[in-house]
Amino acid sequence: MKIPYLEFDDLTIGYGSKSKVKIVASGLSASLNAGELICLLGSNGTGKSTLIRTLCGFQKFYHGQAYIEGKKLELLDEKSISFLLSVVLTDRVHIPNATVKELVAYGRSPYTGLLGKLTKADMDIVELAITQCGLMHKCNDVLSGLSDGERQKVFIAKALAQDTPIVILDEPTAFLDLSSRVEVLQLLREIASRSGKAILLSTHDLDLALQMADRLWLLKAGGPMITGSPEDLIYNNVFQEMFQKQGVVFDNRTGLFRVEYPCRKELPVKGHGFEYVLLRRSFARKGIKIVHTETFDGFYIHIEATAGYPFCFFDNNRLLFREQSVEIFTNKVSSIIV
Amino acid sequence: MNTNFKFLNTFIIQGIIAFLFLIFLLNLILGSVSIPFPEVLKILAGKGTNVIWTNIVLRTRLPQTIVATGAGMALGVAGLMMQTLFRNSLAGPSTLGISSGSSLGVALVVLIARKAWLTTIYRMGFWGDTLVVVASFTGALFVLGLILYFSRKIGGSLSVLIMGVMIGYLSNSLVGILKYYSFEKDVHNYVLWGLGSFGRLPLERALPFGFITISVSFLCLFLSKPLDLIALGENYARNLGLNIQRSRNAIILVAGLLTAFVTAFCGPVVFIGMAIPHLAKLVSGTSNHFRLILNTCFIGGATALLCNLAARLPGIEGELPINSITAFVGAPVVISVIWKRRKENLMDR
Repeated sequence: MKIPYLEFDDLTIGYGSKSKVKIVASGLSASLNAGELICLLGSNGTGKSTLIRTLCGFQKFYHGQAYIEGKKLELLDEKSISFLLSVVLTDRVHIPNATVKELVAYGRSPYTGLLGKLTKADMDIVELAITQCGLMHKCNDVLSGLSDGERQKVFIAKALAQDTPIVILDEPTAFLDLSSRVEVLQLLREIASRSGKAILLSTHDLDLALQMADRLWLLKAGGPMITGSPEDLIYNNVFQEMFQKQGVVFDNRTGLFRVEYPCRKELPVKGHGFEYVLLRRSFARKGIKIVHTETFDGFYIHIEATAGYPFCFFDNNRLLFREQSVEIFTNKVSSIIV
Repeated sequence: MNTNFKFLNTFIIQGIIAFLFLIFLLNLILGSVSIPFPEVLKILAGKGTNVIWTNIVLRTRLPQTIVATGAGMALGVAGLMMQTLFRNSLAGPSTLGISSGSSLGVALVVLIARKAWLTTIYRMGFWGDTLVVVASFTGALFVLGLILYFSRKIGGSLSVLIMGVMIGYLSNSLVGILKYYSFEKDVHNYVLWGLGSFGRLPLERALPFGFITISVSFLCLFLSKPLDLIALGENYARNLGLNIQRSRNAIILVAGLLTAFVTAFCGPVVFIGMAIPHLAKLVSGTSNHFRLILNTCFIGGATALLCNLAARLPGIEGELPINSITAFVGAPVVISVIWKRRKENLMDR
């Protein structure tokens, strides 16, 4: 059997000094294989960062076993870990004058000698890493002049330059805008698929994780960690259970999350299609659920998609008004019936 | 970056080295007694004819020049290492109270010596010197350890700086208490020492001082890789294979040693240890510590020599205390750093 890059079994993680230890989670087991992109999900305080710091060897664990490439984690020193595993952290780095190239080049430190002198081969690897992250045009820019997304990519390039089989990232998409998040995750997805590195990242971006990750690790407060492919987890209703009490509904068919609004009133509607979907969303925010029924007496909505003003509001078959704008229509209707 | 030495060809560093030599010579030539340049060269070559001039150059100016060069390099490199270690651009031997710790150590031996050994420390020759250095080193290390402990618990560069100032006050008042119980002669000696001067060592002691400070400053090049990594933060450094504890200890020891050595013989020289690394960073435009340390050495030597020259400008009888000059170099740098940080904070938000 092939040895997983990273593996842990019945792990208990926590932090604290000798006298006071705070256990954050226990009974964690999972493995990370070549070419896999794994997203670690969980609410705040469930121990995502602690697990990541533990796997990086930054802090000790209290029970169980952890292995990197079959070697016991607690027996590896900094030097050996630096060849096996590279990290991208949330730590804010401020180095005066540091350029993109300089920072990525620090990724080569495990391979350089006493004075940290880079060889031609080292420089080639550094440039390749920068190119892979699409930053070659910013090569000589100083770090402080970059956007948050670019800066995150610089650190990913640093991890690539370190040339380790495993890359671990702690919330690489936090503080980024939507397009940078997608870009960063796409970059990681590509690296995992192309280079065969195993990538583990923690994130709060559930829908992106569901689309990009090969497997998910779900950390629940107190409970054991649930692992599996996004599709299997959806199939087993894991997400629905997880978010049951939070006003969020996980739609199994779309694999997306939906915010659940309290419904105070129902309103019959005639017609369907895209206009219906839009109306349903708009009315949901007002606490009105629009429903398909057989009988239409009292107030009801009729959608005539072919007409210029598709949204019609009826009272006992009498047309009260028709509108083109969903917003105006929703406001008018809700002022009448609420 | 391909080759660490490539930059030596660059214009700026050549300029700085040239300036260092120029200012070194100027320190030998300029002074209250004007000695022509060819004569100075002759004296240096051992062929001086005018006895008074020879005495002035060899007994006063040359040792002072050597001490200033060494002290500037040592303080600058110590300051650079502290700035990286504490990740605080305002760190330095004097701003963090390290010099104060050294002073306290020195005060202890200088002011207590007469009670313990019935003589002044300055009459004890080599052993007296050694004792002063050891006391100064112990004081510096103690404060460095204390500051490091607090900075890791508290964080925030300004609060650590305030802590350094407080430690300075504390050690000053301890020294005040010591003075109260000491002999007037010793107190006088100590006060003179505390004003700071590069001109207190005779040539036969200035040479080893210069040799040790300059060589240790350049030996710090071997710490450039750990410094590069520590600048990234503890976790990144560890992930890149650095043994944090060992590197940190080495850096503290060397920075403490450099500060202590200078403080023991020149008194607490304020500000330039913090200001010089900023000039080096400004000039070199790199985060690479190999280059930063080299630049700091050259700029440090040049800055201290410039201050030394300014302290005994022609027209001034005798010389000004060196600290009143270095403050003019250092204080503007502190202000500009805080000003720059304000802008960066605004940009971050």
